[in-house]
Amino acid sequence: MRSAKITAFLLAGLAVSLGLALFLSPFASSLPDGLERVAEDHGFLGLGEDGAFPYAPFPDYALSGVRSPLWSTGLAGAVGTVAVFGLALLLGMGLRGLGQGRGG
Amino acid sequence: MHIPDGFLDAKTWASLGAASAVAIGVAIRRSGANADERTVPMMGVVAAFIFAAQMLNFPIAGGTSGHFLGGVLAAVLLGPARGLLVMATILIVQALLFGDGGITVLGANISNMGLIGSVGGFLIYRAAQRLFGRKHPALPAFVAGWASVVLAAIACAFELAFSGTVPLSVVLPAMAGIHALIGLGEGAITAGALVLIARVQPGLLPAEGVRG
Repeated sequence: MRSAKITAFLLAGLAVSLGLALFLSPFASSLPDGLERVAEDHGFLGLGEDGAFPYAPFPDYALSGVRSPLWSTGLAGAVGTVAVFGLALLLGMGLRGLGQGRGG
Repeated sequence: MHIPDGFLDAKTWASLGAASAVAIGVAIRRSGANADERTVPMMGVVAAFIFAAQMLNFPIAGGTSGHFLGGVLAAVLLGPARGLLVMATILIVQALLFGDGGITVLGANISNMGLIGSVGGFLIYRAAQRLFGRKHPALPAFVAGWASVVLAAIACAFELAFSGTVPLSVVLPAMAGIHALIGLGEGAITAGALVLIARVQPGLLPAEGVRG
């Protein structure tokens, strides 16, 4: 197994993910999802009206201050993709540290 | 299927919070197994891909949309323990940064989409491999992807009913029915991604016994 090829594949995977978030997510369906549909049909959607974290900086995947709604969603998606990538790397490094700490 | 705050009552979300905390603790203890130098970058890329793909809602029947969840993909590529932890990371970021899914119900969402969708989906993937053979990931991936979404939806229905939000006889068929459709997308994307990886970079599927 050649590690250069794996590195290239992982970089491609990251690029594809960023591309999906940046360029495709603005065109995703805005119809209610399965749970929202059921909640609407059966009259309990209102219970979750204030159900989002009030201090979330990018509610509904929108970057406030970006005029174009397409770029607002795309850039929010890119921010989230980078954030999740970084946190998962940190998580992985932390877990590796734990494993070494146990001598495992 | 991200539950917002307000859909579940305190006894339900508190129980699921405790259950998911225990599951995360177990996953952290077990996540050292089978790690190599590729594990950490793989975790980052798999998490990034699943987060981005979860944003891509596709329309299904009846003015409803669905999106990829990625639990089975995460567990097959990273192992179930790291898969659960990556799914939890994604759900926490979605709740805290984007207001997608509530805070009190974070444990419920981690239980549904992580514990059931990822770890449960992985067990179904393994069972389907025994049934259909280990050589090709497509059929087991499709079956497990579909089942993971339907089972997560059924769990969500039980949580809503247990909370007194809506009767089980109403919410169970509704949630299972819609997600039986959405799950087809999950199965197709999971199968497509794993078939692509098996072709291009089979060494990234160590659990498939094709490591070079």
